[in-house]
Amino acid sequence: MSNVAIDLTGVTKLFGNKLVVDGLSFTVASGECFGLLGPNGAGKSTIARMLLGMTRPDAGDITVLGLPVPARSRLARKGIGVVPQFDNLDLEFTVRENLLVFGRYFGMSTREINAVIPRLLEFARLESKADSRVGLLSGGMKRRLTLARALINDPQLLVMDEPTTGLDPHARHLIWERLRFLLASGKTIILTTHFMEEAERLCDRLCVLERGRKIAEGSPHALIDEYIGCNVIEIFGGNPQELISLIRPYVQRIEVSGETLFCYAPDPEDVRIQLRGRAGLRILERPPSLEDVFLRLTGREMEK
Amino acid sequence: MGERFAAALPANAWNWIAVWRRNHLAWKKVAFASMLGTLADPMIYLFGLGTGLGLLVGRIEGASYIAFLAAGMVATSAMTASTFETIYAVFGRMRDQGTWEAILHTQLTLGDIVLGELTWAATKAFLAGTTIAIVAAALGYAAWTSVLYVLPVIALTGFAFASLAMLVIALAPSYHYFIFYQTLVITPMLFLSGAVFPVGQLPGVFQQIAAFSPLANSIDLIRPVMLGRLGDNVGLHIGALCMFAVLPFFVSAGLFHRRLMR
Repeated sequence: MSNVAIDLTGVTKLFGNKLVVDGLSFTVASGECFGLLGPNGAGKSTIARMLLGMTRPDAGDITVLGLPVPARSRLARKGIGVVPQFDNLDLEFTVRENLLVFGRYFGMSTREINAVIPRLLEFARLESKADSRVGLLSGGMKRRLTLARALINDPQLLVMDEPTTGLDPHARHLIWERLRFLLASGKTIILTTHFMEEAERLCDRLCVLERGRKIAEGSPHALIDEYIGCNVIEIFGGNPQELISLIRPYVQRIEVSGETLFCYAPDPEDVRIQLRGRAGLRILERPPSLEDVFLRLTGREMEK
Repeated sequence: MGERFAAALPANAWNWIAVWRRNHLAWKKVAFASMLGTLADPMIYLFGLGTGLGLLVGRIEGASYIAFLAAGMVATSAMTASTFETIYAVFGRMRDQGTWEAILHTQLTLGDIVLGELTWAATKAFLAGTTIAIVAAALGYAAWTSVLYVLPVIALTGFAFASLAMLVIALAPSYHYFIFYQTLVITPMLFLSGAVFPVGQLPGVFQQIAAFSPLANSIDLIRPVMLGRLGDNVGLHIGALCMFAVLPFFVSAGLFHRRLMR
């Protein structure tokens, strides 16, 4: 069991009579970064709460770090670090005090906590802010402190609910870099996200969710190869119906999302020739991404 | 069902201390303002009513009115300190600030959190009640040794009212509902429980209601001691306060579990 960090079998959750999680099964191996990818309302946060024993599934079995959850979730949480969707730091405390107070919740003595604080501050790049009040920190710094706080009990597993939502690109890249560092040091991470880029960059494997159901699972590259497998041409600025009839013979598949056409073409040059000379069109050719996978699977772009 | 109950109960006898220490650390930063806020009210009552009304009332139950009132204010200050800590500060930590959510992500249970909050509110009540008792003793309205005897009663009073208020915040959807608890429960209790005048002055029905109020039980324990007399039914009053401290604690922990762990 030691190389399985998380195991879900047939997990179902209802709120009232609304099905939030629907017969979900997946396994996360130790040392892996596993992503739960889906739009808002797909059930991602509910799954994260169930892993922590804060929400009870209506059916199915959950095992976290070899322990049945929620029955033994308190014990499981000793080995888990949590980065919640919304920062819940103590704003009136300093950075150092936040770590101190949180370490005590894990039964650590002041001496033990003080011994690990310098390392955590260094990890979060907050050495110079140790005695600043948290209320005065930027959003990115607060997020890094939340991440450092989640590491105070030296957890094997990190559960992160949208770790970079609301951050600017610079702060987001810094968090990604820190998460890769944690993965390199052997931690297991499960994260929820609606950022395709985040999932592609960080996750070894991911599970694409829609309305509580798993619609695909695999490594980002395997999913892209399996569902797309060719370059994508985005066309914007013309009459979609007219364009479709024009290029239909030269593409494998066309998706329309709003005013944009997504054309999946084995030979993009054929499509370009058809469109040559048409004014006002913007044409962009790019490699396929998870966004295209999601579009293919659901027929729509991910709502953020 | 059993494990669900376990999640609402304290996991062990010491986990709550981490929650208490968190609140203590936050309080230390604003201790002066906090103490002033907690003590101003009972002091104003004590000296305002005590000296003003005292002139009209003369002696009551064999003591000066201000000495009679001092015992009532010791209990009342414990009541208000733990009530207000719970309905405002604890509610904020439970619902708006995410403090409880963060703690629930650690190895603490909901029961540990509720017990820690309860003990902290009782600590503030103990501080407030004890200060009033010391002021009363310093001014000669009570014997110094009597202060020592009432300390455990002050703490128990704090626990009882924190526990009752915990029940209120477990049920209240928002801050707006607390005004009902304040105006319909806490304020009437002040007048029904013999804090400012003897319960014997009330019509019979109200006297019977008063007997069930935790404040009356607290005052019936504190006043005789501070006035240098022997109290009646000491065991009964202590039992009643213990019941008010313990029962709402368990019920509120169960209610919080339903509210937060859906």
